[in-house]
Amino acid sequence: MTPSPINDASSSWEQGGPERLYVITGGRGAAGRRADLDLVTLVVARAAARPEMQPEHASILRMCHYPLSMAEISAYLKLPFSVVAILVSDLLAESSVEVRAAVRTAGIPDPELLKAVMYGLQKL
Amino acid sequence: MDSRSSELAVGPAREDALPASAATAVKIVVVGGFGVGKTTLVGSVSEIRPLTTEETMTEVSVGVDDVRGVEQKSATTVAMDFGRISINEELVLYLFGTPGQQRFWFLWTGLFEGALGAVVLVDTRRLESSFDVIGRLEDGGVPFIVAVNVFPDAPTHPLDEVRTALDLPASVPIVACDARSRGSSRDTLLALMRYLYTLSTQSAAAPVAASAATE
Repeated sequence: MTPSPINDASSSWEQGGPERLYVITGGRGAAGRRADLDLVTLVVARAAARPEMQPEHASILRMCHYPLSMAEISAYLKLPFSVVAILVSDLLAESSVEVRAAVRTAGIPDPELLKAVMYGLQKL
Repeated sequence: MDSRSSELAVGPAREDALPASAATAVKIVVVGGFGVGKTTLVGSVSEIRPLTTEETMTEVSVGVDDVRGVEQKSATTVAMDFGRISINEELVLYLFGTPGQQRFWFLWTGLFEGALGAVVLVDTRRLESSFDVIGRLEDGGVPFIVAVNVFPDAPTHPLDEVRTALDLPASVPIVACDARSRGSSRDTLLALMRYLYTLSTQSAAAPVAASAATE
């Protein structure tokens, strides 16, 4: 059997081609995205996934039963960080998730924070 | 049925979930050329199997790339491997490995923002590829240390020679590292943390020192 054009289209769709990303975000660029989301912002679901939701939104709610970083969500969804940031911004707007802000140090980090990290690393 | 379930992205396995008490996360960036051992280092200390996040190259970056003629552009997506270490019940450390080549610097904006610091992982056989990275980190004010990954088949150089070759300021620590070893990779991260700690206590004392100097 020769692969049909439909199959070809669906394989590029699966691989996260530009068309798929455009559809997932509704064509929104950075305008749909909260500026304070970082790769290590932790996301926690505050509502259950609903059947009428976009599948990506529902997936985020399911996997964030426990705190999960934006980077991990991006990895499990196989979507770029910029797309995940838009999806999480949507969920924030409807209060379905809560975010725990990354520590954003301006310049040199706080010595107490550094001590805590050192202590944790020494236990490895 | 099958195609529907395959669309549902599955999150972490239960044993890979963070505790509900996890409240803050910090990040360290491991930067170096291809094959230098970034992912190996991340994997050596990570409590989860390293994961991959990706970002799409902006059109501006693609344009710059084309002008430089570095590479024929077919792929517009760059992958970054990362790992995770739970420091305690509230604090989580993430480690990101990122390519050092200039054409990937578009990734760095969000990556280094808020990062504690960076480890520049170098291979003594390809030291020249680290110059641009070090210059860029210095320009960006990102604190970093240099870790020389010790490959079994690479000639060993005294660290002082590597420091000279990299034109590294005396204040920047340089350590030897075996990225395959959990203990050695942990010690590399600790070397960065000790350096940051020194910087943090120095900067707290700096105003006093400055006023003392003027008297």
